[in-house]
Amino acid sequence: MLPTARTSALRAARSQLRRSQPIAVPQCSAFARLASTLAVLEQKDGKFQPASLAAVTAGTKLGGTITAFVAGSGVKSVAEEIGKAKGIEKVLYVENGAYDKGLPENFAPLLVENIKKGGYTHVIAGHSAFGKNLMPRVSALLDTQQISDITAIESEDTFVRPIYAGNAIMTVQSSDSIKVITVRGTAFPAPETEGGSATLEEGIDPKAESQTEWISENLQKSDRPDLGSADKVVSGGRGLKSKEEFDKLMPPLADALGAAIGASRAAVDSGFADNSLQVGQTGKNVAPQLYLCAGISGAIQHLAGMKDSKVIAAINKDPDAPIFQVADVGLVGDLFEKVPELTEKLKAQ
Amino acid sequence: MSSLRILVPVKRVIDYAVKPRVNRAQTAVETANVKHSMNPFDELSIEEAVRMREQKGHHKSAPKVEEIVAFSAGPPKSQDILRTAMAMGADRGVHVVVEEKDALEPLGVAKLLKKVVDEQKSNLVILGKQSIDDDAGQTGQMLAGLLSWPQATQASKITITDSTVEVIREVDGGVETLKAKLPMVITTDLRLNEPRYASLPNIMKAKKKKLEKKTLGDYGLDTELRLKTVKVTEPEQRKAGVKVDDVDGMIAKLKELGAL
Repeated sequence: MLPTARTSALRAARSQLRRSQPIAVPQCSAFARLASTLAVLEQKDGKFQPASLAAVTAGTKLGGTITAFVAGSGVKSVAEEIGKAKGIEKVLYVENGAYDKGLPENFAPLLVENIKKGGYTHVIAGHSAFGKNLMPRVSALLDTQQISDITAIESEDTFVRPIYAGNAIMTVQSSDSIKVITVRGTAFPAPETEGGSATLEEGIDPKAESQTEWISENLQKSDRPDLGSADKVVSGGRGLKSKEEFDKLMPPLADALGAAIGASRAAVDSGFADNSLQVGQTGKNVAPQLYLCAGISGAIQHLAGMKDSKVIAAINKDPDAPIFQVADVGLVGDLFEKVPELTEKLKAQ
Repeated sequence: MSSLRILVPVKRVIDYAVKPRVNRAQTAVETANVKHSMNPFDELSIEEAVRMREQKGHHKSAPKVEEIVAFSAGPPKSQDILRTAMAMGADRGVHVVVEEKDALEPLGVAKLLKKVVDEQKSNLVILGKQSIDDDAGQTGQMLAGLLSWPQATQASKITITDSTVEVIREVDGGVETLKAKLPMVITTDLRLNEPRYASLPNIMKAKKKKLEKKTLGDYGLDTELRLKTVKVTEPEQRKAGVKVDDVDGMIAKLKELGAL
């Protein structure tokens, strides 16, 4: 009698233990169903910036509902456009020219009010100049520790991000009740911008004053694809020797490929190229189909910004340059000969 | 006419030229016996503060720099970089000793800095735009938010006239100009300046400058970590590629790889 009772008690205990594992999974997905994400999107001069939709893609990986947020003057039409993107349930928009320049002093309180009202569990923006400037201020106001520049989502509270210029990959688990996150655009390709049908709703506007005043901007005008989202990137480094040579060699090569132009820090520091073209740890992160670089040695800070490219091709006269350790195709030679030859041959195709 | 009381937070990080290695237990990056130095962006912050003092002699409406305080929260060895900051021109240093295992998150550092700003009566805080170890890029913005001060991140030029600050900042695709009143938080971008080397006489002089040692307890802060490191791994290595002999070879190979 007694031994039987003991075995059955053991069996019961064991089966309960066994059950506790599969149960953990439904619990998890039940939580995911409760997740509600606010994706902070960008507009500029009344034009929607599609690259910011990476936040929506990241949101869909969390499960749960996704609300997009956009603010500025005449932003209702932008909201309508956003509403067509797949995966968005609702677009919150705030019409007020005070938010046009994305100044964090008034944009952060605006977001905080809307986050509190909506009870969102996750707030996501792109790791762009806008997101980098704004989101930490939002985090501090919400007393939550932001997770920057994530490249993957493991669960609703666990995220993957590169540290040390991409030389290490860290997985972190957040215990904050609101997760404020910026996402690396190249790791979360934008969703389809057609076929969705989100509802539009006006957000609340606390009308906080901005203590900074926007004076002016000076943006590089270019008909070429945007560096951050281009399929192909050609990039030049110190080996180009001067701004004249950079301007003579790189644009024709870019045009022959339909590529965006990038540069190494050395090229930017020496004044060959504008700072906004810098690829690397402290500049832009790119992950195009083709990254073709000339005269770049391949310092770790530069590799941090381009080593997720599908195919890397390098032209360098130094056969021992570190760039050749990551290049799929390497050509040892004088770039002043090879780049024009490559340009001509590509054009001829 | 206001005067500037500048606080410059600096961080001790693995030297930028060192290739970091993940430890065997996959819990962190190996920091023992690795060369450390001042976070490169923080050198720019110190340099900018010192230049603000030097410029005072050149143009009239620039405010006088009353004091430059270098600050660091980090292991005992962080005092080395505080000495460097003082050799570059900071007047004194404040060191909150935090052991490596208790390292703070940006939110914790921002909360600590808010207390330090109050204590030091700072009206301008210049930080680096990011530290090259954690690459978070948050502390300056968080501090500005906690203080309710204006912020200008990724600054490439700073001009202060009386109490008005004009900053040119790096944004996607170019630059923008902002204006605000002191007090303010600014973060530095690479183009802001070229940091000086500390000269030997200045290094000797820096040894005599005041370096205050404090603990987190002195500031009565809750610095409980919000993020738990689950693991740290090496990034996926790219497969070694091929070298081609000429441009035709390169085009052919790129076609083969589907890149053209």
